[in-house]
Amino acid sequence: MTDPNKKIMKDNTVILHTAALALLPLQLLFSVFLLLRGHDEPGGGFIAGLVGAGAVVLYLFAHGVDATRRIMRFDPRDLLGIGLFLGTVSAFPALLRGEPFLSAQWWIFDLAGTEIKLSTVLVFDIGVYFAVVGTILTVVVSLTEAEE
Amino acid sequence: MSTEVALPVFIPLLAGVLSLMLWRSRKWQRRLAVLATGLLLASTLWLLRSTLDQGYVVMQLGGWAAPFGITLVADLLSAVMAVITGLIGFAVALYSLGTIPDRHEKFGYYPLMHLLLAGVAGSFLTGDIFNLFVWFEVMLLASFALLTLGGERAQMEGAIKYVTLNLFSSALFLSAIGLTYGLTGTLNMADLAYKLSQVEHTGMVNVVALMFMISFGIKAAAFPLFFWLPASYHTPQVAVSALFAGLLTKVGVYALYRLFTLVFVGDTGYTHTILLWSAALTMLTGVLGAAAQFEFRRILSFHIVSQIGYIMLGLALFTPLALLGGVFYLVHNIIAKTNLFLISGLTYRLLGSYDLKKLGGVYRERPGIAILFLISALGLAGIPPLSGFFAKFLLIRAAVEIEAWMAVVVALTVSFMTLYSMIKIWAQVFWKPVPDAVDATRLRSRERDPGMFWLLTPIIGLAALVVLFGVWAEPLYQVARDAAEQLLNPAGYIEAVLGVTP
Repeated sequence: MTDPNKKIMKDNTVILHTAALALLPLQLLFSVFLLLRGHDEPGGGFIAGLVGAGAVVLYLFAHGVDATRRIMRFDPRDLLGIGLFLGTVSAFPALLRGEPFLSAQWWIFDLAGTEIKLSTVLVFDIGVYFAVVGTILTVVVSLTEAEE
Repeated sequence: MSTEVALPVFIPLLAGVLSLMLWRSRKWQRRLAVLATGLLLASTLWLLRSTLDQGYVVMQLGGWAAPFGITLVADLLSAVMAVITGLIGFAVALYSLGTIPDRHEKFGYYPLMHLLLAGVAGSFLTGDIFNLFVWFEVMLLASFALLTLGGERAQMEGAIKYVTLNLFSSALFLSAIGLTYGLTGTLNMADLAYKLSQVEHTGMVNVVALMFMISFGIKAAAFPLFFWLPASYHTPQVAVSALFAGLLTKVGVYALYRLFTLVFVGDTGYTHTILLWSAALTMLTGVLGAAAQFEFRRILSFHIVSQIGYIMLGLALFTPLALLGGVFYLVHNIIAKTNLFLISGLTYRLLGSYDLKKLGGVYRERPGIAILFLISALGLAGIPPLSGFFAKFLLIRAAVEIEAWMAVVVALTVSFMTLYSMIKIWAQVFWKPVPDAVDATRLRSRERDPGMFWLLTPIIGLAALVVLFGVWAEPLYQVARDAAEQLLNPAGYIEAVLGVTP
């Protein structure tokens, strides 16, 4: 790194630094919110994944690749693999009940007075979420590392 | 419940994902590749067994009844193609263990291979035209990546032609799907066949049929838009070439078989005459192109094109015997052609080149390999008692029966010229002495090469099948006959999917 102008971001932007720290958890929470409301209302795994990846990418622009890798703990490629895995296995539980592949299975129960609905659809959506986050972060991290 | 019809799609899909999760460990990816393709082969055999028993195996994915949901359906043709997919997948997975360089494995060779197999199996088993498009794209996406893996100059050059023409074909396919939906309001193939059989055939239906024909024709590498194939198939790793040669173009042919026996049968005098001319020209141009080549894999690539012509001929003649011959030819051709590509990789390993001028002396040093080549090559050319003989015999007899003399003459001429090409390879690679400038130490060395086991096992297995389908052709003949019968009676297919009798 010789020419500072070639950096993706300049490291003197205090506002971005601070804002990224504050926005990261908020955006991640918002992405989970989008993911869970997705079944009946606008939202879902794909858009939630984009928002979640956006949060990390913003942090990456402010603090650089190394810091981002530290807070992520996972390699984004693993996230991608886990996501695709969840998406694929959600097709199989239907088999145990003797129904065709991909038939949605529901577990509905009461938790402290609230009706909770869990389903293979949700598993699939979570898979999509991880796959999207994993893909975008793999691309962005590799590009940034290639740049440095 | 008919789980077996979904397994050939889901096994490679799951294997691809698991392989991606294991990206750190090449060792486990390799084990998984063999295990998963082995399971794929087993599941397709199970599917073939049930299809032989029940005629049609149907699953409505997610429990959504046809024509609203996506249907997976296997008739005998689909089941046979699925078995071949499993077989070629397994053979290529074994072969990959000995030939794919570490760098390619690291960049995701195995996940892509599984994804490609999932796309191919999905295309063979889906009963929905739009879903067919999706599986085509899955397959093409994986093939784009496999084709350019390694990033050599020649690969990029070939890939540009490959990608451009295939994207054009996909766009055409999608437009045709849109028009079909506008005309009929359905994309389920059985429902489509039923609806089109109820109304008078109009010019618009022929337009759509031709759009599908051109689109699948490009993917099958039929005349006139075949040149992307010889430009690209000789550039990637041999295992990839072999996989493409065996399966990819055949998916295009299969789609032609499916649509032009099930859906677009209202005006066969028009559509199937075009197919006949295209088939004849495909055979001729392919074999003439091969005559001018002096690169092992390029010769074989041109022969893929000419063989596609034979298979299309079976569809174009559209008699029970011709379709029987076509199905038989498909099976024979996939096995023999894949094996020839695998053998070209073997001689490359021994002599370090694909150029016929820089090869030689294999028969003298390794007669076993030469015999394996001879079996596959003569099988391809149609010498009795190998599998190609019956395939060609059935097709040509079908053409004689309906007095399509042009087809007979072309098919016989092309057969002779195929033999000429195979003899050219034989003379150059196996018969003539090693050229002076070539380093033949590997060829002459008597040391055991541990990787060789993985190359020879699939080659010997496939060569054995070429012999088996020649000397004991009866079982395959019967399956192909029943498959042809099903193709000529779309009512059974429609009833199996929709549950109504047209």
